[in-house]
Amino acid sequence: MAQSAAFKRNLAGWAYVAPLVVVLIPFFVLPLIAVVAASFFETDGFGGLFPAFNLDNYTEILTSGLTFNLYYETIKFTVLTWFFSLLIGFFVAYFLVFHVRNQLLALGLFLLCTVPFWTSNIIRMISWIPLLGKEGLVNEALLKLGLIDQPLEFLLFSSFAVVVAYVHQLTIFMIVPIFNAMGRIDKRVVEAALDAGASRFDIMRLIIVPLSKSGIALGSIFVISIVMGDFFVVKVMSGGGSASVVGAFYENISVLQYPTAAASAVLLTIILVITVGLIIRFVDIRKEITR
Amino acid sequence: MWIADNRFGMQGKGLTMKQVKESTNSLTRRKFLKGSAAAAGAAVGSGAIGGFPTIWAQEIKDIELRHLGVSYSVVKAIGDQAAKDLGFKVTMQNLDTSAAINRFITQPNSVDIADLEGWQAKLAAKRGVIQGIEVKKIKEFDNILPIFTKGEIDGAVVSRQGISPYEAMYIETPDATKLHDGVTEWATFLPQVYNADSIGYRPDLVGHPVTEWKELIDPKFKGKAAILDVPAIGIMDAALCLESADLIKYGNKGNMTKAEIDFTIDKLIELKKSGHFRATWTTFDQSVQLMAAGEVIIQSMWSPAVAAVRVKEIPCVYAPVNKKGDKEGYRGWCNGMGLMKHLTGKKLEAAYEYINWYYTGWQGAFVARYGYYSPVPTKAKPFLTAAEWDYWYDGKPAPDEIKDPYGIPMEKAGTVRDGGSFLDRVKNISCWNTLMDEAAYMNKRWNDFKVA
Repeated sequence: MAQSAAFKRNLAGWAYVAPLVVVLIPFFVLPLIAVVAASFFETDGFGGLFPAFNLDNYTEILTSGLTFNLYYETIKFTVLTWFFSLLIGFFVAYFLVFHVRNQLLALGLFLLCTVPFWTSNIIRMISWIPLLGKEGLVNEALLKLGLIDQPLEFLLFSSFAVVVAYVHQLTIFMIVPIFNAMGRIDKRVVEAALDAGASRFDIMRLIIVPLSKSGIALGSIFVISIVMGDFFVVKVMSGGGSASVVGAFYENISVLQYPTAAASAVLLTIILVITVGLIIRFVDIRKEITR
Repeated sequence: MWIADNRFGMQGKGLTMKQVKESTNSLTRRKFLKGSAAAAGAAVGSGAIGGFPTIWAQEIKDIELRHLGVSYSVVKAIGDQAAKDLGFKVTMQNLDTSAAINRFITQPNSVDIADLEGWQAKLAAKRGVIQGIEVKKIKEFDNILPIFTKGEIDGAVVSRQGISPYEAMYIETPDATKLHDGVTEWATFLPQVYNADSIGYRPDLVGHPVTEWKELIDPKFKGKAAILDVPAIGIMDAALCLESADLIKYGNKGNMTKAEIDFTIDKLIELKKSGHFRATWTTFDQSVQLMAAGEVIIQSMWSPAVAAVRVKEIPCVYAPVNKKGDKEGYRGWCNGMGLMKHLTGKKLEAAYEYINWYYTGWQGAFVARYGYYSPVPTKAKPFLTAAEWDYWYDGKPAPDEIKDPYGIPMEKAGTVRDGGSFLDRVKNISCWNTLMDEAAYMNKRWNDFKVA
């Protein structure tokens, strides 16, 4: 009897995950296996693949200074974007949760944050170009005000422009989970702290930040994995002046170097899995969310 | 699709699809009335060519040909016209160059007509995804310019640096995977549209006529220059610059040795570190924006992009970089049509009809209006006005206002085409788009340049 009950429970569990499995196996697991397999293959340079099952592709990538430079650039953009989107996202969420008294208004303002995201992120990125260019609005304004006598060139086609575009695109991914986490904080805890004489900084440090960390962790996972997996923003906003890990293996594919591209992709996947793993290790997201 | 090449910049000119359709239609009508004999020939088209009975029309109406390739070669307006003339369905699908070759190789059965450059034809033949085109079945084959069929033009041998269309054109048997040097009965691909690329510049800001590639890397344009960021062809533009500046002499710019690649990339890195390049560009639109927004005043550029800048009332010139000894010259490119291996029976016959249709003139006239050339200019001529022919092909001052394929005015009367006549241009092609033997290494070094 007991056995069959356990079996039934198991069956129900499987039924719950079945739809996900049906989607994930053909569209995620199998392609991933193909990529991993291809990374051990050899190519004739004409798109032909031969099973070699050696580590040549990995040796080549791991001993190349180019890989190091590409990761340096990509990690630089990731860290900067993460930092600024966290800073902005955190305070926007904080404002909405703790400063806007009217819940309906808070929700309204929160939805307002998503309005820019109704347009495609490509449009949002491109829109920065006429703003930041040599003859763009910012430079024109500064010139007219007499603050500069030469247009500022670093504004566009630079690392600055890349980070601006990423932060603009991705801050919402910080706002949403942090807003959600902060919303669960019992306001009475804050009141109690105030009554006990805690300063605003102490409240922030000892109550708000620790209790929002599941949101921060979730937002960070979104931002980090999106930036590390992207190449288009870097390509356009740096004016081709910089490169990224994904951009480099996209170029490999364009000359049919599938095995090298596959090995680069596997390496990036491993690095991302480790990063996300570290985040999850420090913040038990599952526990925090179901709290 | 945003990153796809868009060499004639429909978006750039802010045309809606409806406008495009309308102007194409009116254009078609006008043309139809004008060159009535030729147009009528094209309209009745292939039915007459093959001499098929009426039953043919019944059988082919369910056929659909899928023509895949880059936006400046695989054009919906052209496909629509072909479908109208031929009586079967033609679907045009655009991909960028690298996505296209990847598609042909990994999913060959999802394509019927492949849009191929010479080097892509070489690759596709090698992989066995295309079948030989029987030259005898191409009615106008003998009228195709000898640049393609014999590797010569006007008595001069066409450059073989890079992979010239002639070099990639022939195979010995229909299913051969190796190119054959010399004329045979079987073609890998047949040319459809081609041009010669060079430099675009702002005459008002550069201050003097540019006729040499070395101007692009001249320190006086520091921070105001840009180069094409498609590694396979960007490196050839760079090579033309370095050769022009007497910094190096290449054995074959289109197939560099590792040492030559290293020298070229190191030089590019040096230029980049000195702040020479304001940006690099990958798409048609990007190059137009860079020039129009005053970000750069000189850059490697495609001819219709220069025209698109001029449409915005900003002066821009396409540099005539005629050959000087072993130096200078244009970088040529040519897109053609290949038949995928899986085509058989009726569908294969339809595909031959489709290729033959391209040489009846309508398409040649269409591409001429955005500055590209037809492999059979004699057939395109009746579909162009005298003014258009004078301007686009003969290099004479335009007697009337010149309009683009969608009917938008693009040049005033009296304008002379940069680079001169058709022959002046194509005879000065000194290298062709390519995929080098050392492509993997070159790509890696190009990324070094990008990340430097």
